[in-house]
Amino acid sequence: MQIVDRRLNPGGKSLENRQKFLRRAKALMQRAVKKSSESKDIRDVLEGGEVSIPLDGLNEPSFQRGSRSRDMVLPGNKQFSEGDHIPRPPEDGGGRPSSPGEGDSEDAFRFVLTREEFLDFFLDDLELPDLAKRSLTETVAEGIRRAGYTTTGSPANISVGRTVRLAMTRRIALGRPRANEIEALEAEMAEAEGERRDELAKQIEALKSKLRRIPYLDPIDIRYRRFEPEPRPVTQAVMFCMMDVSGSMSEHMKDLAKRFYMLLYVFLTRRYKRVDIVFIRHTDRAEEVDEETFFRGPASGGTLVSSALETMVDIVKARYRPSEWNIYAAQASDGDNPHSDGERTASLLTQSILPVTQYFAYLEVGEEVESFAMPNSTLWTLYEQLQAQGNELSIRKVNNRNEIYPIFRDLFQRRADAQKVSA
Amino acid sequence: MSSHTGDRLFESADWDFSTLQRIHDACEVIARDELGLDTYPNQIEVITAEQMLDAYASGGMPLFYRHWSFGKHFATHEAFYRKGWRGLAYEIVINSSPCISYLMEENTATMQALVIAHAAFGHNHFFKNNYVFKQWTDAEGILEYLRFAKAYVSSCEERYGTIAVERTLDAAHALMSHGIFRYPGHRRQDLRTEERRQRERRVHEERVFNDLWRTVPSGPRKTPSELTVERRRGLLGLPQENILYFLEKSAPRLQSWQRELLRIVRLIGQYFYPQRMTKVMNEGTATYVHHRIMTILHERGRITDGNYLEFLQSHTNVVFQPGFDDKRYSGFNPYALGYAMMRDIERIVTEPTDEDREWFPDIAGRGDSMAVLRDVIANYRDESFIGQFLSPALIRHLRLFHLHDDPADTAGIRVDSIHNERGYRKIRRELAQEYDAGVTDANIEIIDVDLAGDRRLSLSHAVRPGAGLLDPTQTQRVLQHLAELWSYDVILTETDGSGTILKEHVAKPQTNLAAA
Repeated sequence: MQIVDRRLNPGGKSLENRQKFLRRAKALMQRAVKKSSESKDIRDVLEGGEVSIPLDGLNEPSFQRGSRSRDMVLPGNKQFSEGDHIPRPPEDGGGRPSSPGEGDSEDAFRFVLTREEFLDFFLDDLELPDLAKRSLTETVAEGIRRAGYTTTGSPANISVGRTVRLAMTRRIALGRPRANEIEALEAEMAEAEGERRDELAKQIEALKSKLRRIPYLDPIDIRYRRFEPEPRPVTQAVMFCMMDVSGSMSEHMKDLAKRFYMLLYVFLTRRYKRVDIVFIRHTDRAEEVDEETFFRGPASGGTLVSSALETMVDIVKARYRPSEWNIYAAQASDGDNPHSDGERTASLLTQSILPVTQYFAYLEVGEEVESFAMPNSTLWTLYEQLQAQGNELSIRKVNNRNEIYPIFRDLFQRRADAQKVSA
Repeated sequence: MSSHTGDRLFESADWDFSTLQRIHDACEVIARDELGLDTYPNQIEVITAEQMLDAYASGGMPLFYRHWSFGKHFATHEAFYRKGWRGLAYEIVINSSPCISYLMEENTATMQALVIAHAAFGHNHFFKNNYVFKQWTDAEGILEYLRFAKAYVSSCEERYGTIAVERTLDAAHALMSHGIFRYPGHRRQDLRTEERRQRERRVHEERVFNDLWRTVPSGPRKTPSELTVERRRGLLGLPQENILYFLEKSAPRLQSWQRELLRIVRLIGQYFYPQRMTKVMNEGTATYVHHRIMTILHERGRITDGNYLEFLQSHTNVVFQPGFDDKRYSGFNPYALGYAMMRDIERIVTEPTDEDREWFPDIAGRGDSMAVLRDVIANYRDESFIGQFLSPALIRHLRLFHLHDDPADTAGIRVDSIHNERGYRKIRRELAQEYDAGVTDANIEIIDVDLAGDRRLSLSHAVRPGAGLLDPTQTQRVLQHLAELWSYDVILTETDGSGTILKEHVAKPQTNLAAA
């Protein structure tokens, strides 16, 4: 009998099957993830979690009888006599005695996705459009790759296998005597007498001195694994997040805007290794803030959209050279802006911002119940004019929480032409 | 009587490997010398809950090829387990030599003793001695073969792409239940030579390949009349109920690696087939053996009264059979039925009543219950076991009754027979039939291939009187898979005994799997 302790075996034996399964169920999963994220808070969505998918699409068919057999034997008779009649259970009614054996009748099962898996499905097929400027100026040395062996290096990198192999080659080549050879001779010597004994003693002495001269492991045997830093070209991108926090923005609107940026933030940090994100919030004057303040800090005041754009232009000048950076901007506002600011805003956009950005998205947040009579806001009207003049900007309106995700997807959907490029 | 405490196998619920060793050795002495069991050498492996879930997902085997459906099963089991809706088995045992038993690390010492007696001796003896296992499985070769299968599938994935492999396996899995030889006459499984044979087939193919043959002009074609139906069917070995075997040998457009995948699925299906046919007996044997061994250990003072009570509680849970009207009822519990029958045979052999003498003249009062049981274990499967040994006493004890649902009978379902003199034989026959694979599995055969015409493959399902038609959606899906493998149209006719066609299913290949 043999006892084997398998508990220490590496886990995750089913991981590969799980991945195959996820790939197989991709479409179902995407639908389930979308559905479950609609009902959840954005923050919870990003924690991943449980989704429920119908088993039907992953059916493993086999030849099965449709109806149950007409004869059956059951245990536990208490009152029936031969010839009695039992009323039939209603069709599809519960309480049908199921036949023994297979009973895989769950029509849906809940499936726990890890956060990573969940977000993969959640953010699948989104991308930053037109990520064109691939600059080689700044490279990150994060790629390290194996590059053969070397005779010098840090002890942590000793390649034991290689070292021992070389040592063995050397020992064999130089004929280093083995310990058991000497032992055998010594044993023989203990029994031998006379000349033979002296001869053996001489032999042993020779072997022993050879043994001393040829070490088991010589410093020249030692090999180290060599690693080489590998420069990898990185596409640099910066996203400007501009949010209106003026007094005209109601709590609901701010909530919408924040949700939108939250999604954008997760999408960028997750999908792109090197994306700078600049947070700008503005009332009648704009300031660059950190993430925490952007999402949580309170502020209020008048409105001057151009202030935010000016700040962005300044930051671009100071830190992000348009020739090297892919620049993106997303602006969220209730669209309320003084008419007097319109000209300034338009010129900033057309002169300084749109020429250097790859993509400019404007999200107009509205009240939950939009009255139909409301005219378009000043900013919306302005942006529509700009669009009509042939400027590239994407503008969308959002009123309800559940519209955020579809609109977000809409804005960052992988475009057909981009797909062609990547295919 | 020897000193009590000195001989204790263990004292508390804790155990270590030397405890397991002691338990195993003590069980082995009893199993070998007193019960006369003949087992494969044992290998006991201690595993965690996660590894148990892994094992669940791959049919209990320690290694298996990769396929998404195993991932699906894993996810289902895991979800249920995490919710606490379903516990895990205490052990899994593999029909291999050495016989591998997986023991959960959470088990207490008593449970480990129970599990070792149950799996490492009960199941082990059954695997080694039952004729169905002897005939159809190769315990020595299975692990080696699974290793080969896993490596082969992944090498196919590398060479031909995961999608193509997945589609072939999907199709093969759909037909797995009809890739089995049910009747002897074929060679015994010899899985160890499978890998070598696969290599030889490939080498042979490569050696005889000569592109010139393609250019040789063929002679005048035979007229269709020359190839008569009978001769054609003879050439193709029709009718054939082993669909996977037929496809492996005769599907016109499959690549050789696809044939090999079909073969792998078929051989593994064949390996598992005996387990389905002997569920009741197998569990009955194991439960009977663990009960005997644990009781003897307790009698000799090797385990304490407390341990024995703990054992009895688990044992009672295992052999619990709720009545049909109990909400926990979900069919016969194979442990309960098998154990009850084994105990009943023991009773008939040692203390027969007049009724037993009349019903079982061969074994009643023979005295040596283990000899009779060993003979039963070796020579029966569930269907014949129940058909032969379900005694009137046990029918009364379980209060079995038989229902017959005649659709023409408006009054409802008729109670056809109950546990009385008139009912015994009828109940026994009906219950035995429920365990007869020949009756429970749909009888589907390939009957013809239209070689002269559009190469349509014809199958027929002989519907047994009283049994239903096939489930239409499932059948359509399976046929679709079959059509993809066959590459031409497939038709399945369901006919009753008189040859009347009840229903027809047709499938056309959609994607060209064979050319993938």
